[in-house]
Amino acid sequence: MSKVRLLVGTRKGAFVLTSDGKRKQWDVNGPFFGGWEMYHLKGSPADPNRLYASQTSSWFGQVIQRSDDGGKTWNPPGTRPEDLMGGDGMPKGESNMFLYDASAETGKPLTTHQWYDGSQRPWEFKRVWHLEPSLTDPDTVYAGAEDAALFKSVDGGKTWKELAGLRSAKGQLWQPGAGGMCLHTIVLDKGRPDRMFVAISAAGTFRSDDAGKTWRPTNKGLVSKYELPDPDAEVGHCVHCIAMHPSRPNVLFMQKHWDVLRSDDAGESWREISGNLPSDFGFPIAVHAHEPNTVYVVPIKSDSEHYPPDGKLRVYRSRTGGDEWEPLTKGLPQQDCYVNILRDAMTVDSLEPCGIYFGTTAGQVYGSANGGDSWAPIVQNFPAVLSVEVQVLR
Amino acid sequence: MIRVVLPAHLRTLARVGGEVTLKVEGPVTQRSVLDALEAQYPMLRGTIRDHGTLKRRAFVRFFACEQDLSHESPDAPLPDAVASGVEPFLIVGAMAGG
Repeated sequence: MSKVRLLVGTRKGAFVLTSDGKRKQWDVNGPFFGGWEMYHLKGSPADPNRLYASQTSSWFGQVIQRSDDGGKTWNPPGTRPEDLMGGDGMPKGESNMFLYDASAETGKPLTTHQWYDGSQRPWEFKRVWHLEPSLTDPDTVYAGAEDAALFKSVDGGKTWKELAGLRSAKGQLWQPGAGGMCLHTIVLDKGRPDRMFVAISAAGTFRSDDAGKTWRPTNKGLVSKYELPDPDAEVGHCVHCIAMHPSRPNVLFMQKHWDVLRSDDAGESWREISGNLPSDFGFPIAVHAHEPNTVYVVPIKSDSEHYPPDGKLRVYRSRTGGDEWEPLTKGLPQQDCYVNILRDAMTVDSLEPCGIYFGTTAGQVYGSANGGDSWAPIVQNFPAVLSVEVQVLR
Repeated sequence: MIRVVLPAHLRTLARVGGEVTLKVEGPVTQRSVLDALEAQYPMLRGTIRDHGTLKRRAFVRFFACEQDLSHESPDAPLPDAVASGVEPFLIVGAMAGG
């Protein structure tokens, strides 16, 4: 029988939860890296035992952790004794070195972006929000950073190099959202290995068709009436999350600051699909593993009231690719609930029926083993959940 | 030998239990001590000093001999008691941030 492994990042450590394919009983392992903010953990599709984790701290900065045994043991890449010595005999320890590219070879990319007040500020590395392992190579992994930039490692996270062409896509007009100026979503296209999408708060979505060398904004159709002086500007939109079904790579779904949208042309244009949602503000968005037209969001009341409308925690599902939404409430608290669900904290598994999981800022992780029809808490008292990812081990 | 006391989270990261002892060649300064520390424990690179600028991270402080040395020049000699190993060099997480 298949096994399921949940990777949960919280404000105070990481947890690895395992279950069988029924997804009813869960074993909890952790906390790993107790006391650190674990922004994201994700496994390699090419080697499920290869896990990457972003460990951060306001005091001590960024650490990248890697497990090669499915989360039992972890090491910062490049710090095992056999990895320590570089060619000159000195230790490397470069797995947390995220330096913005200002080299002449890449044209000395611009080094300022817009600040909250519209002035220009230099780019300054703060943390890694998201790690996206390659679909085919366990040693290749992408990192989305704050201040927004995309880094790539081809040696299992030992060293990182910025894909600096991204910041050339009008980076001087990017600005931080409330959570900082972060690159939080990286979407890879299995059928077109050179194509990738990223999403940035508050800049928008961007697409590369040459493996990350050059990028262009893909935000036509986004409208930010109260956030931008030009509501349909080419860049500057606060995109919270985007999602794709691998069988339909030209269709993308987006949860923006306000508005839920979709694109049917690989980001060339977007149209709003908020329909009958009680609020179109929210953070995560996910697509059903087997139904490319079934989409999930968690409506949040507003940009300052980060909790569900009416105190009712409701996941909304559209089986029509948007516009028509139904609330999923069975097993979820329907009164006095004022939690938030962050952008990397919802995911789907590939079992049949499709499993869906999300974590809350109040430390619950909920799971549904039937496509969202009913839910049950997996854990209820974790620290605030920052991210949830799932692996199916066959 | 120079004695260095790390904050708990960095002890965990470096997988050390108590004080760290370092051999430092030449003048004993913040810079030479941190260079030796990072050479011995490379996983600590970037956690005490910024990778790019090598400046002390904002929420990290350096104490020794009941003095705050955080704002001393990185090349200023550390107190004799630290250089002789009588007193440890303390790397501390500030009571802020997070």
